[in-house]
Amino acid sequence: MAQRLNKPISGVRSLLRDERFWQIAFQVIVAIAVFATFSYLFGNLSSNLRRQGTEFSFGFLQNPAGFAIGENMLGYELQDSYAKVIQAGIVNSLRLIFVSIITATIVGIAAGVASFSDNWLLFQISRVYVGLVRNVPLLLQLLFWYLAVFLAIPNEANQIVLPSANTVWLVANNRNLSLPGPGLPGEVWVALMLLGLALLLLGLLWNSINKFRYGRFAAGVAGWLERLGAAAVIAAVLVVDYFLLFSNSPEDMLFFKGAVIALFTNPEGLWIVGLAVAAVAIFVVWRMRLKAMVEAGSDGKLLQGVMIAIAIAAIAILLFAFNWNTPQISERGQASGGLEMSMSYVGSVTALTFYTGAFIAEIVRAGIQSVSRGQWEAARSVGLTNDKAMRLVVFPQSLRVLIPPLNSEFANLAKNSSLAFAVGYPELYNLANTTFNQTGKPIEVFLMMMATYLSLNLLISLNMNQLNKAVQFKER
Amino acid sequence: MTTTSSRPIERGAPRARQTGPIAWTKKHLFNSPFNSVLTVVLGGLILYVLYSLLSWAFVQAPWAVVTENFAQYMVGLYPSEFYWRVWVIFALVLSLAGVSWGILARNQKQLFSKPVLIGFGIAALLLVILPMTRPHLVYSLGSLVLLGLGAIAGQALGRKSSKAPQLISAGWFISYFVVLYLLGGDNFTASLLYTVLFQVGLGLLAGWLLSSRLSVPVLTQWLGRLALLAVGFVLGYYILGNVLFPILVSGLGLSYTFFLVLMAAVGILLGIAMVLTFSEPDTLEGVGKAALFLIGFVAVYALMGLLPASLGLEFGLERVRTTSWGGLSLTLFLAISGIALCFPAGVSLALGRQSKLPLIRLFSVAYIELVRGVPLISILFMGQVLIPLFLPEGMRPDPVVRAIIGLTIFSAAYLAENVRAGLQSIPRGQSEAAQSLGLNKPLTMALIVLPQALKTAIPAIVGQFISLFQDTTLLGIVGLLELLGMTRSLLADPNYLGDYAPAYVFIGGIYWVFCYGMSYGSRQVEEALNTDLR
Amino acid sequence: MTQSEIQAPPVPRNDVGAEAVIVAKDVNKWYDNGFHVLKGVSMNVYKGEVVVVMGPSGSGKSTFIRTFNALEPYQEGSIEIDGVRIANDLKDIEAVRREVGMVFQQFNLFPHLTVLQNVTLAPIWVRRWPKAKAEEIAMRLLGRVGIAEQAYKFPGQMSGGQQQRVAIARSLAMQPKVMLFDEPTSALDPEMVREVLDVMRNLAKDGMTMVCVTHEVGFAREVADRVVLMDGGVLVEENTPEEFFNNPKEERSRAFLSQIL
Repeated sequence: MAQRLNKPISGVRSLLRDERFWQIAFQVIVAIAVFATFSYLFGNLSSNLRRQGTEFSFGFLQNPAGFAIGENMLGYELQDSYAKVIQAGIVNSLRLIFVSIITATIVGIAAGVASFSDNWLLFQISRVYVGLVRNVPLLLQLLFWYLAVFLAIPNEANQIVLPSANTVWLVANNRNLSLPGPGLPGEVWVALMLLGLALLLLGLLWNSINKFRYGRFAAGVAGWLERLGAAAVIAAVLVVDYFLLFSNSPEDMLFFKGAVIALFTNPEGLWIVGLAVAAVAIFVVWRMRLKAMVEAGSDGKLLQGVMIAIAIAAIAILLFAFNWNTPQISERGQASGGLEMSMSYVGSVTALTFYTGAFIAEIVRAGIQSVSRGQWEAARSVGLTNDKAMRLVVFPQSLRVLIPPLNSEFANLAKNSSLAFAVGYPELYNLANTTFNQTGKPIEVFLMMMATYLSLNLLISLNMNQLNKAVQFKER
Repeated sequence: MTTTSSRPIERGAPRARQTGPIAWTKKHLFNSPFNSVLTVVLGGLILYVLYSLLSWAFVQAPWAVVTENFAQYMVGLYPSEFYWRVWVIFALVLSLAGVSWGILARNQKQLFSKPVLIGFGIAALLLVILPMTRPHLVYSLGSLVLLGLGAIAGQALGRKSSKAPQLISAGWFISYFVVLYLLGGDNFTASLLYTVLFQVGLGLLAGWLLSSRLSVPVLTQWLGRLALLAVGFVLGYYILGNVLFPILVSGLGLSYTFFLVLMAAVGILLGIAMVLTFSEPDTLEGVGKAALFLIGFVAVYALMGLLPASLGLEFGLERVRTTSWGGLSLTLFLAISGIALCFPAGVSLALGRQSKLPLIRLFSVAYIELVRGVPLISILFMGQVLIPLFLPEGMRPDPVVRAIIGLTIFSAAYLAENVRAGLQSIPRGQSEAAQSLGLNKPLTMALIVLPQALKTAIPAIVGQFISLFQDTTLLGIVGLLELLGMTRSLLADPNYLGDYAPAYVFIGGIYWVFCYGMSYGSRQVEEALNTDLR
Repeated sequence: MTQSEIQAPPVPRNDVGAEAVIVAKDVNKWYDNGFHVLKGVSMNVYKGEVVVVMGPSGSGKSTFIRTFNALEPYQEGSIEIDGVRIANDLKDIEAVRREVGMVFQQFNLFPHLTVLQNVTLAPIWVRRWPKAKAEEIAMRLLGRVGIAEQAYKFPGQMSGGQQQRVAIARSLAMQPKVMLFDEPTSALDPEMVREVLDVMRNLAKDGMTMVCVTHEVGFAREVADRVVLMDGGVLVEENTPEEFFNNPKEERSRAFLSQIL
């Protein structure tokens, strides 16, 4: 039986039994199928567009938009161009996402840690919270918070003023919430967000630079393509960061002031820079002190004094340089001043915080459970109480399991922020939708939207991966 | 040996064992000053919240928006004269669910244990008490009875026949199309149910019968040769012809008739070449049998398709357009369709991502990363607005179909990642052992790797299904009146202005029951599968 | 030094068939990173023979025997199993794998199938036997390895020794011409090693052609017709067990034996 199989068979037949042939043939067939499908779809697209008399172009971005948006930080007004609308939408989305990520993480960690508390009530509250919130759709919770809770607050005529009519700290009516806050001009807020974006982009830059420093590129053509790709990424990041930080001309169709320029041309901005310098200084002095105490055995009192002095200066800056003001109520009962947030913003932040917080709580819980019991026992046996053990021993170790799922939760939050349009918050999807309805250019609008969300996703993912590498144990 | 402690160790009687409610309260609520304060504060807060909630629910809340429109929450704007169809669907689904339950519990001694009976009792009680369901008591209690009867029948079936799981799976598969027909109605012979049962089903039967019963080797071999000739001709004349047409006729100006003759000749030559290449009797018989199968299938498919039209047969239920579908039934239909479709797509993508072939892996990775990077709402937007642009003029797919496509495209990418995690957890030794036994790659994947991978990925897969179920709420934004969309439309009625809270709490409860039920069910399935193996 | 410079391959023993089941000639293999793992190895295995392959870790012995059923590809040389050359032809590879059975160090039983299903899977799907015939032969084999009563259990419910015996039965169900053993007892607790070696001993007595990579010197001395030493990708020495263990010819063999004996 065996002898028969190896007899020389006709060339085509032996080709058909060769695995390598099928590997290539299969890929060719798939490529042809995909190509054929795409050309069919795009053929239809171009003929349909021609029929409608529209063309694929981004030129409409320069036309005046002609619709108002509820709130924005770029100073957009009715007759500004579509480009400005889109950018205002992006800024609004970022405002929602940055704040929600911070609040959701706080809530999530609190709930996750609470599920290990030995206080039965606290444990039950955290479990009920997670079990309830995770199983109800986010859109429903968003509508509930906004319509059933925040809109139920009385309107301006009967607004809630806390704590009393004479000392006003909080003003709430069904359109706005006002809290005491720093009186920073809109430019500075935008600058802070742009600075955040620029720092995230630096993560991407660092990744590509490391590829050149440490990474191994594949051999041959693939390797050169990879090199080209990494170099292109570095160039792109540098260019984008330049615009984020230094742009200053509306003719470039960029309607924000570069972060560095905004910070340095506003007095409050300069004080923020001062705060940042102070923070860096404290960090540096702290490391110096630690080093001195460990290596030279000094008591660190001098450096501690320096740290305290810098901290006092920073607090002083924080308190006095930023025009903290509380809301003022005018004659006709209108509140102004302080930190004014629209109810749609507050509702969106609340819903996103509690929804994502529940998922983060589960991630934290799984992370803490992944730390072996032996660690708890060791910590308790050297005398640490339950919460000290959690804070100093268990939680830091759980970080290395936490970060990958946290990565996808943050990405989900960024995508879920698009739901805020259902309560009227003018974030990117909302404005893109209106733009599409007015200009009838779905493809261009869709592409811009996709590009923005994809970039945001990429930024979050890359930076979380860097964080992930940083918290891994150094193993043999 | 000297001791270094300065205080003598105090000895005393061991503490008495602490049990009982007082001891428990001390240990869990008041075991430290901080905890005691926390307990008091939290306890007070909880009591206050509970009190306000209960007083709101029973005294203040305007529940009319729920009680008066219960039917709309369930079936949207479905015409009330056709409600009987919805009841039939409900009864059908409950019966099948009962039978499935019975089959799953075939090894249990007592099907109706105490908790189960209590559950039945509570359900029946609720149906009688709640004002919304009282008018339809006959149908609802009847369906409950069917559930129980189905369970008994299922258990008997499961014990008698080992093919029971396959039978009930086939039953669920067919029931999807039955439900689709009951909902939509229209000409029966044009419906998907008819196509699946009578055209595809009978066609497969005919093809199988023809190819396996007709066993005259010489005939089959000649049929095989004929089939190869035909394939070669098609390849040459049509496919090669279409490729060369623009080059030879449009480009080089070859005469059209000459081109046709040339391509026909090429086709015939190709056909003969194929016959000569695959000349082994085994191969020819195989091709012949495949040809017989195809002939049988296509003949019966076409026959069953053309027969009703030529006989003038047109009958069936009244048509109910998909714009009238809504409420919980639309939500369930969308979710189930999405789940069913995204599962094969997701598994294929996961396999593609793991593949060693670079082009396949590139396509899979590109699809997965692109889709996972954008919000669902933008994909649904693309579905509603862009799909018509990509199709030839005049083709307007149904909004429900577009929604299902959008949900499937989105979920398949996430499911692919979950399945990939499962695939990566299977040790290489498994596929090595399978290959060393002689199993080829497709068999290894189907019998060894995929079953284990899917089992590992069950929690993640069910999580994805729960997300899909919750994502149906977004379809309200694109104009479908599923449960949330229906609710918003009801709340726009001036009679119910401002009654957001009762409505949202009600549907929130419905979503919660389904999602929690799914995650509970998945935990049970996981445990059952694990106890099987341990 | 390549193997051909060290010694000529020995003449088969008289009670062993003259037909060579495995003919490996000048096999060379490089890993993807360029590492030369098999350096011109040649070996013949005759029908009914038991060949034990020994060597330090990293010597390429596992890689070598895994080329016999195409689990590892090779770049140069030729390997023929029962006259069929292992190359790129899919049908030939499938035919070879049907005739070559393999038992792994990690057992690699399929955890989602019962023991009986593990054994009958390949005969049903590859040899296309009807279920009844496959099950009958499977139960006989399970009886032969001593675990017939466990047929409906799952692998996770059994000890390591029992699992390895199931793995042996699983490979035997395909009625292979030659059985390969890749360190079959290395992952077992000491008390279970013996039961598996007993099964292998009986298998050899029944005339199965076997190639074993193992460190079990006792087994080699008792059962092997030939012992082969590999080191650094080269076949260093090939001899009968008595000669190999008592009178090793090569320096490297002496070094290896001093470590394990």
